[in-house]
Amino acid sequence: MPEFEPAGFEPERYELRAQPFYSFEPDRRDFLKLAGGGLVLLLALSPDDARAQESGGPGRRREPATPESIGAWLHVAESGLITVYTGKVEMGQNIRTSLTQAVAEELGAEPERIVLVMGDTGLTPYDFGTVGSMTTPRMAPQLRRVAAATRETLIDLAAEKWKADRSKLAVERGVVRDSATGKTITFGELASGIQLSKTIPADLHLKPAAEWKIAGHDLHKLNGRAIVTGGEMFTSDMKLPGMMYGRVVRPSAFQATLASADTSAASKMRGVVAVRDGEFLGVVCDDSGKLDRAAAAVRAEWETVPQTNSRELYSYLKAKGGEPQWRPAEGDVRLEQSYTVAYIAHTPLEPRAAVAQWEGDKLTVWTGTQRPFGVRSELAKAFGVPEEHVRVLVPATGAAYGGKHTGECATEAARLAKAAGKPVKVQWTREEELTWAYFRPAGVIDVRSAARKDGQITSWQFHNYNSGNAAIRSPYNLPDQVAEFHPVDSPLRQGSYRGLAASANHFARESHMDELAHAVGMEPAAFRLKNATDLRLRAVMEAATERFGWGKSKGGGGKGFGMMAGFDKGGYVSACVELTVTNNSVKIDRIVQAFECGAVVNPDGLKNQIEGATMMGIGGALSEAIEFENGRVLNARLSRYRVPRFSDMPKIDVVLVDRKDLPSAGAGETPIESVAPSVANAIFNATGKRLRAMPLKLA
Amino acid sequence: MELVVNGVRRSIASDPERPLLYVLRDELNLTGAKYGCGEGQCGACTVLLDGAPVRSCLTPVKAAQGKAVATIESLEQNGRLHPVQQAFIEEDAMQCGYCTPGMIMSSVALLKKNAHPTEAEIRSGLQGNICRCGTYPRIVEAVRRAALMGGRNA
Repeated sequence: MPEFEPAGFEPERYELRAQPFYSFEPDRRDFLKLAGGGLVLLLALSPDDARAQESGGPGRRREPATPESIGAWLHVAESGLITVYTGKVEMGQNIRTSLTQAVAEELGAEPERIVLVMGDTGLTPYDFGTVGSMTTPRMAPQLRRVAAATRETLIDLAAEKWKADRSKLAVERGVVRDSATGKTITFGELASGIQLSKTIPADLHLKPAAEWKIAGHDLHKLNGRAIVTGGEMFTSDMKLPGMMYGRVVRPSAFQATLASADTSAASKMRGVVAVRDGEFLGVVCDDSGKLDRAAAAVRAEWETVPQTNSRELYSYLKAKGGEPQWRPAEGDVRLEQSYTVAYIAHTPLEPRAAVAQWEGDKLTVWTGTQRPFGVRSELAKAFGVPEEHVRVLVPATGAAYGGKHTGECATEAARLAKAAGKPVKVQWTREEELTWAYFRPAGVIDVRSAARKDGQITSWQFHNYNSGNAAIRSPYNLPDQVAEFHPVDSPLRQGSYRGLAASANHFARESHMDELAHAVGMEPAAFRLKNATDLRLRAVMEAATERFGWGKSKGGGGKGFGMMAGFDKGGYVSACVELTVTNNSVKIDRIVQAFECGAVVNPDGLKNQIEGATMMGIGGALSEAIEFENGRVLNARLSRYRVPRFSDMPKIDVVLVDRKDLPSAGAGETPIESVAPSVANAIFNATGKRLRAMPLKLA
Repeated sequence: MELVVNGVRRSIASDPERPLLYVLRDELNLTGAKYGCGEGQCGACTVLLDGAPVRSCLTPVKAAQGKAVATIESLEQNGRLHPVQQAFIEEDAMQCGYCTPGMIMSSVALLKKNAHPTEAEIRSGLQGNICRCGTYPRIVEAVRRAALMGGRNA
């Protein structure tokens, strides 16, 4: 039995999830009214899913979840169109497609007939947020159940209509067919002239993955045509009648306070409204061409305070975090090392954007966020209006990566719209995005370990300062393991980032595993396997090393090979890397990623996620770091903050380990965590230099 | 001032110094080209001037006068996608899709100059375009596929 028990839900400090005060669920009649006739099925949340909705956040909803809480709902219109409502949002991770596949599979309808309404607080059930790789393990089964119940209801309706033997009826491609008579009737015909709504239990039987015909197979992105023609409507593309353009006038540094402000010159400009409200300064213009001039016309004096800088960051974090309780470590070989990770920025290609519109005291905001219900709460609180007066909709979003949990841009647009008496769009500049969003936490990780000569690890002590506790426990079989997270008052605003602290913890752990392997004189893969009893962990290591041809060539002289293994958020990963070091510059030539996340829903979509996570991981591994001094970011431009480009692209080889016997886990995050440690280990192999700081720099 | 955008003559009220990107997006409602950085680093704003790719966030609108401006909206003709667009769909060469219009315009320009680029030529031709979701391998495959399909002249 593996000693390592993966936790279902890891409370993570930096998964920002403020809870709303209330959650108003429309009753069933409202759903029918919204839908306009036909057939409506509502899924009651299972107690487990209800807990998941509530887990992890710093606070809880005041009202406990009741068995009547709705997880998802589905509507079959008289036209035959199927609409599914979920509070999850699409940000490029492709869940619009994969969730549609799950529904199509259970319902027996083609994916093209199914429309997903996502992330609209006015229409979709409450959802805590599209975070933590939980859409596939949590939302997909809910949608499958509501689709399965719809299928059974449609068969009931057909049996009743035909007075037929129900056991002879089955669904296929949007119709119910009677195998005895060959008669068919479409879903739309069955839904015609009825007003039926049902709440269904959560424990409905679902098709096993081995019988999937639509799910489990490749399906092109459903909105692909809109994307390639430029028709996909992102928040920043929106234009409402009479809409104006807004910009916030920012403080000169973090923690600065407003000493004085003069908005009169800006206010005198034609078509410009200047706003001062407490510390908030902004302008609204009838033409976006005036934004720069209007913002510059606002005169503001800020009082700043001295703050720490990026050069002293790690000693600052250690000093604030205190010395941990070390235990004696027994073994033939003992090792103590310290690893660091820098603050990095999500840098979504679409900077934060929001469009806000007031009608009386009712507020509607369109914004790219991972937590539309959380943003609704923020807005209600900021403007002192009840939550039911606020509607948040999430249009197409130019990605988020954990960086769009909060609603600051939404709040800014709403404040400016209130002042202007018109709808207002705010799109942050790149500089704002790289300064006023939040960062992936920086951290220091101290590790002490001991091992026997035969490679058995005898002691493992792992202390993480500030970066977080995601995947802090080692997945190896360690009889004596201490893993502690020490929160520190961060000098910069920090929050969730794809993979959370699991990237930092995997970097430190798998670098240290490599160092221990060398200390006992063992080959790194053999050393890991010696300490791994979890069969799924072993399986990905075996898959990666086999595909890579691990051990066939030895590194040195600038050529290096490195590997790692890990577990996070329900997925097992192992990576092998080949790279070349020339004049202290690192070029990753090839990376093999073996990944196992249970039953695969969309193999090509999953590969796309793993390739993308690999590319993004290269940035954190080799080049990305926020430099700051006295509350100012020094490199808040893409020309000074280097994210991966085509020239950084290695040959990426993905090995999917498909376990149809296991529930599907999410995959958006874990494959990013394998990059930095396998690259660091390969750099050591190539040069003999051990780099313990992310980003990895040889000079 | 007048501009010829996607084959149509349009009159422009904006300041001649204003970057083309905002004229296209806010004045002409052609929102396919995106803002990503405002300093010509990411390529999300790429459009073609007389067939050559430019960063519209840094190009004053007056520089587009007398030239044919082509945006992503012009590629689909009579319901038929351009081969590069078709190839991006077939290779699923996108995730969030925000970089895709710029990526496609750069690819169209690349194929116009070089109908059968090598992988290295594709990489260097698109080096100025960032896909933050990291779909680079698929984009390379999509451009290769489009080259095989035979690029239509944009």
